[in-house]
Amino acid sequence: MEITLTHYLVLAGLVFLTGMVGFVVRRNALVMLMCIELMLCAVNIVFAAFSRLHGDAGGHVFVLMNFAVAASEAAIGLAILVEIYRRRRTVNVDDLKTLME
Amino acid sequence: MQSEILLRWIVLVPLLGAVVNGLLNRRLAKRVSGFIACAAIGVSFGLSVVVFLRLTGMDAEARVVNDILGTWLQIGGFHVDIGFAMDPLSAVMALVVTGVGFLIHIYSLGYMAHDDGFQRYFAYLNLFVFAMMTLVLGENLVMLFVGWEGVGLCSYLLIGFWFNDQANASAGKKAFIVNRIGDFGFLIGLFLIGANLLPHLAPGEGVFSFAILQHHAHLLAPAATGICLLLFLGATGKSAQIPLYIWLPDAMAGPTPVSALIHAATMVTAGVYMIARLNFLFVLSPTAMAVVAAVGAVTAIFAATIALTQNDIKKVLAYSTVSQLGYMMLACGVGAFTVGIFHLMTHAFFKALLFLGSGSVIHAMSNEQDMRVMGGLRSKLPVTYATFMTATLAIAGVFPLAGFFSKDEILWKAWESGNTVLWAIGFLAAGLTAFYMMRLVVLTFFGENRASSEVRSHIHESPATMTGPLVILAVLSVVGGWIGWPHFMGGGAWFENWLAPVFAVGEHGVAAHGAVAHHAADSTMEWTLAVVSVLWAVLGLILGWFVYYRRAAIADSFRKAGGGFVYRVLLNKYYVDEAYDAAFIRPGYRFSRQVLWKSVDAGLIDGLLVNGSALVVYLLGSVLRLFQNGMIRFYAWTFTIGVAVFVLYLSFSS
Repeated sequence: MEITLTHYLVLAGLVFLTGMVGFVVRRNALVMLMCIELMLCAVNIVFAAFSRLHGDAGGHVFVLMNFAVAASEAAIGLAILVEIYRRRRTVNVDDLKTLME
Repeated sequence: MQSEILLRWIVLVPLLGAVVNGLLNRRLAKRVSGFIACAAIGVSFGLSVVVFLRLTGMDAEARVVNDILGTWLQIGGFHVDIGFAMDPLSAVMALVVTGVGFLIHIYSLGYMAHDDGFQRYFAYLNLFVFAMMTLVLGENLVMLFVGWEGVGLCSYLLIGFWFNDQANASAGKKAFIVNRIGDFGFLIGLFLIGANLLPHLAPGEGVFSFAILQHHAHLLAPAATGICLLLFLGATGKSAQIPLYIWLPDAMAGPTPVSALIHAATMVTAGVYMIARLNFLFVLSPTAMAVVAAVGAVTAIFAATIALTQNDIKKVLAYSTVSQLGYMMLACGVGAFTVGIFHLMTHAFFKALLFLGSGSVIHAMSNEQDMRVMGGLRSKLPVTYATFMTATLAIAGVFPLAGFFSKDEILWKAWESGNTVLWAIGFLAAGLTAFYMMRLVVLTFFGENRASSEVRSHIHESPATMTGPLVILAVLSVVGGWIGWPHFMGGGAWFENWLAPVFAVGEHGVAAHGAVAHHAADSTMEWTLAVVSVLWAVLGLILGWFVYYRRAAIADSFRKAGGGFVYRVLLNKYYVDEAYDAAFIRPGYRFSRQVLWKSVDAGLIDGLLVNGSALVVYLLGSVLRLFQNGMIRFYAWTFTIGVAVFVLYLSFSS
């Protein structure tokens, strides 16, 4: 069976959906961060697939840039989470609504 | 030194005194403070005399000294100078104001000696003289207006001098507010002059300068009636004429020397001075002149009748002042500006004397002002009595005292103007004046003393600082009128000649308008009227003496005449205060309360604009708040759904 563009896109859609659903339903901030990474990952797959299809290196460049963005995002997000955990002893986002009032 | 430079110091020296007294206040010993104040006015008077003497040395037509300190306003073609000018008219006023003012300052040394606010009092008094001198020496109408407002302020401060008493403070406010109404008219009049004259002037010509105004008066002729009536409204406020006279009787709440200086001799004559100063303008409008004359005559008789029944010694004098100011207005209204100013001067002498005399009486009676508990003070206060009697005879118009010459001249001019109704009113008021003044004298100085024994034991003649000015003013009340000794009695009418250049246009203007029906070639009529008016005055005096001294029963029957109705109306001053209260104050209050406060302020501004805008923001916020609930998963859901909707829309829209 030849692997076509469709397979890549379906895979990317599934990964993205997993990330999205996870982001929406889970309460653990750590898991939510990981879900964001999943969604970014899905986008990267789409970029790479189309890059191959069109023979254009632009898509690859975007993927590389996304790595950098995802890495920094994860680093900052984790740092914030660690700090929140130290102060509040929880990473449950439903408990983190002090800014509401 | 040059007269020009002297002129500014006439005005500024009293200001200096006021500043020193006002700033140092209680740090100054009373003696120092009083000395500074009196010296300031003394210097001002001396300088006035010097400049006056220099004026007499000039040609009659060129008698004017100008002192321009600089440009005040220069806006396009609109030009106003800060400057002073002394011509024969201002000279008379300056001498009266500083001269009488000086005497009253001296008198105040004795009268206010025990008062805590001594320094403050003299600061105000000096400030008043400064403002008044600005008024009379101002080179243009705007300077005059500055002085006009300044004297109003000082009047307010001095009426409410003893502000611990609510009634005094209220009287001050009343004076200030009533004067505001007049000033409103005055100001609009100024605007009208500016609007009508400005387009016709060359650049750099001061539009309000009296010389310029006089030169271009004919340009104002179309608007003259409106302008003059508005200016006259200002004069009715300041000079206590109907309908704005109501503040003056209440102004007696101030210290008595203040009543003498401000509310009898000088400030209240400002309106008369202003009309005389602008005579060239007023004669352009026969209507305005007729109004001035009529208001003056009616005020004269109106106030005289009220004075018949008042029991407060100062109230009687206050209404007497209103009445005499009416005479001055009457004189101006019939075009006899000279005589108006003449009466202004003689009135300043004898009315200041009457007030100071009443002050001496009040001082002796331990601050009692009610004549019903006075009486028999003749022997206890001999100097006060003698001088007071002189002033009474003078105001009644007995020959040859000052009042005779001016009052008789006014009545003669009224007669000569051809309007016998005006003359008859003035004549009647003259008789009433003699009557109520005699009543006052009898109740105060004759008969038995009706005070409590404690007050009686304290009765004493006033100190020399108080009796001295009384004596000087008494002399002036006798001889002051002689400078206006009329032609028909073989006099030189020097006063008339002195002022003739100032009023050349004005009095000629009245003649041109035909208001003067006939020039009396023979003096028979003049003689007749003079004799009749003296007899009439004497009759009034005798009647007053007879009714209140010999036959008190007659006075009682007056009171009961017409069921006591007439007496009650007069005692309550024709209920004018009550009428104003009902006509203006209550509706104004109701309007403010119901409409301005409850509807406009509470309803429109607070309700709609302030609370309304807040409500809109609040409602908007309460909707937006739902989205900002701090629940991250809710944000995530909304975000996801939003993106989904957006993607679906994009997919199906193409």
